[in-house]
Amino acid sequence: MRHLLSTEGIDPGLATAVLDTAARLKQALEGREVRKLPTLRGRTVITVFYENSTRTRVSFEIAGKWMSADVVNVSSSGSSVGKGESLRDTALTLAAAGADCVIVRHPASGAAHRLAGWLHEAGTSVVNAGDGTHEHPTQALLDAATLRERLGDLRDRRVAIVGDVLHSRVARSNVHLLTALGAEVTLIAPPTLLPAGVENWPVHVSHELDAELPSQDAVMLLRVQAERMHGGFFPSAREYSIAYGLNENRLRLLPDHAVVLHPGPMLRGMEIASSVADSPRAAITDQVRNGVHVRMAVLYHLLAHEEETS
Amino acid sequence: MNPLIIRGVRPYGEGEPVDVLVRDGVVAAIGEVAEEGAEVVEGGGAVLLPGFVDLHTHLREPGREDTETIATGSAAAALGGYTAVFAMANTDPVADNAVIVEHVARRGREVGLVDVHPVGAVTVGLKGEKLAELGTMAKAGVRVFSDDGHCVHDPLVMRRALEYSKALDVVVAQHAEEPRLTVGAQAHEGEQAARLGLQGWPAAAEEAVVARDCLLARQVGARLHVCHVSTAGTADVLAWAKARGTEVSAEVTPHHLLLTDERLATYDPVNKVNPPLRTADDVRKLREALAAGVIDCVATDHAPHAVQDKDCEWSAARPGMLGLQTALSIVVETMVETGLLDWRGVARVLSERPAEIAGLPDQGRPIEVGEPANLVLVDPGARWTVRGAELASIAANTPFEGMELPGAVVATVLRGRVTALRGRIPA
Repeated sequence: MRHLLSTEGIDPGLATAVLDTAARLKQALEGREVRKLPTLRGRTVITVFYENSTRTRVSFEIAGKWMSADVVNVSSSGSSVGKGESLRDTALTLAAAGADCVIVRHPASGAAHRLAGWLHEAGTSVVNAGDGTHEHPTQALLDAATLRERLGDLRDRRVAIVGDVLHSRVARSNVHLLTALGAEVTLIAPPTLLPAGVENWPVHVSHELDAELPSQDAVMLLRVQAERMHGGFFPSAREYSIAYGLNENRLRLLPDHAVVLHPGPMLRGMEIASSVADSPRAAITDQVRNGVHVRMAVLYHLLAHEEETS
Repeated sequence: MNPLIIRGVRPYGEGEPVDVLVRDGVVAAIGEVAEEGAEVVEGGGAVLLPGFVDLHTHLREPGREDTETIATGSAAAALGGYTAVFAMANTDPVADNAVIVEHVARRGREVGLVDVHPVGAVTVGLKGEKLAELGTMAKAGVRVFSDDGHCVHDPLVMRRALEYSKALDVVVAQHAEEPRLTVGAQAHEGEQAARLGLQGWPAAAEEAVVARDCLLARQVGARLHVCHVSTAGTADVLAWAKARGTEVSAEVTPHHLLLTDERLATYDPVNKVNPPLRTADDVRKLREALAAGVIDCVATDHAPHAVQDKDCEWSAARPGMLGLQTALSIVVETMVETGLLDWRGVARVLSERPAEIAGLPDQGRPIEVGEPANLVLVDPGARWTVRGAELASIAANTPFEGMELPGAVVATVLRGRVTALRGRIPA
């Protein structure tokens, strides 16, 4: 694996290998006093975040550090990025400075793809940590890791993704990955929050949450961004909550074994009732925990695995 | 100026090769001709057509001379077979007053490779609010007005522009894009944009404005021209409007005749254009509409951009692509080689109709004795590979990079003077 830009078209075998590696890393580190593996010693990993994201950036940083990589964080404020330097020039600078891997979060869809193109000759790997409304592949991998822990093999498992699919990079990456792993995905949202052509995606589409819940093994709620609430995508937060919020009554419609996921940050009371978010059915903190192991596994497959096998 | 003999050419690709004698800027004889001291261009049986007229060119001067100047754009036009181009008003400063349009026209005359006709802005600063001084600009010679790059979206302002233009006998060319439906839009709204996470530019945003403007033009009895038609639905609207007698004309770009949004998969902004590349169904319908005359002509929307404005992330990139030197070949590829147009048809869509729409009396004329010698000689059998860096424009943003295309311009003649010959501008 040279880059991780997308889960679209991902080889199920590779995805499973990354998830297996994450599980092994988690096991290896559990209970250890010093959570440090020497695997990426001498490797330099740079995170470049053009959007604020504590959760994802910290997760990558910890993952790199637990693998003994040198991790450098660049944020868009206070750097040349903030002074208007082009993404291309930033990429070339990072490559020249010796980055083995650049992890990028960017508000423009496709930015990670462009970056990978510019860094191709330098041999630097690129991980897409979220590009606009396109993809967030490590989020999908950590979601899959969490679902595998709770449900086992995902083949023929049914997962509902609820909310703002239109603007969600998490939803896109999950649709590709979960279907590649054999799960059946149902997208549940008002028509205003579904993309054009969704009928041709390999998913079921529904506007009725209550009707779908009894048959699901997992429900993944999507974050509703504030500007969507004021942008006329739906009439009000209250109406959204009534139609698509996961409250205790709805939780009872789910089978007992079903899992609740949320990529965070959550809008408690709107997208998800507090009692649901804090219930044992919710695996939200597991997602964060697994995020570190999954990102360690991704870095391993990008930076260490090929050397070992070649 | 010496007389010119264009030897062994087939006007409109018909009949046996003949010679064409040009004297004093006018076609003086057709047949077997001899003239002492004449400059000779060997045609080798190539197709002779009236010189092309581009209703939609961005020459970037004044303001962005780092991407194109009137001189480099004129050279690109001559090499592409054009004898007249209309320079869009979205320069910096905007061509919304007589001073700027006179400057552009004067620079065009000084360069002298192609007739450069400035387009005047419809509204002050292209803001869509207050009519620019259309009358003053018309007196300065402006025949086409457009806020291109922006839609005159306020229906009342558009109505007033159409009404006011009537008395001036000029045409209002609309960039049809309902701005409320295209906020943040980055790509054709459809499966591809959804997959790539690019915000959609719905077809209806174009079609709704074209329908509205056709109704307004009919209401007030004015002439409307629709810029860069990109959707099948717009072609339907145009057919409907024309059938009920609306004075509407329309253009399609070469790239909308060939490329689809499938090109976006790499996120390379060389494919970013406004309106966006649409679907294969749209492309098919646009070709048919052009062949049927529902869409009147081909216009390049030649839009040079600096490297840094294109070699960046998709959302930051400026929309637009070069077009002047590839237009003929794309028309050959999409319309001639598919059997949709013969060479008479090519003359119609690249020369005659645009000249008529803009009211140019000496362009797009038949190849006959006594007519102005604005001509282009085309080798239909030639094939060439596009290299952006080798084009005459300062910028190199062509989506056809590396593509092998059919048809090449052998020579361009402006009022009897050779302005381009076998890929070069004569000294």
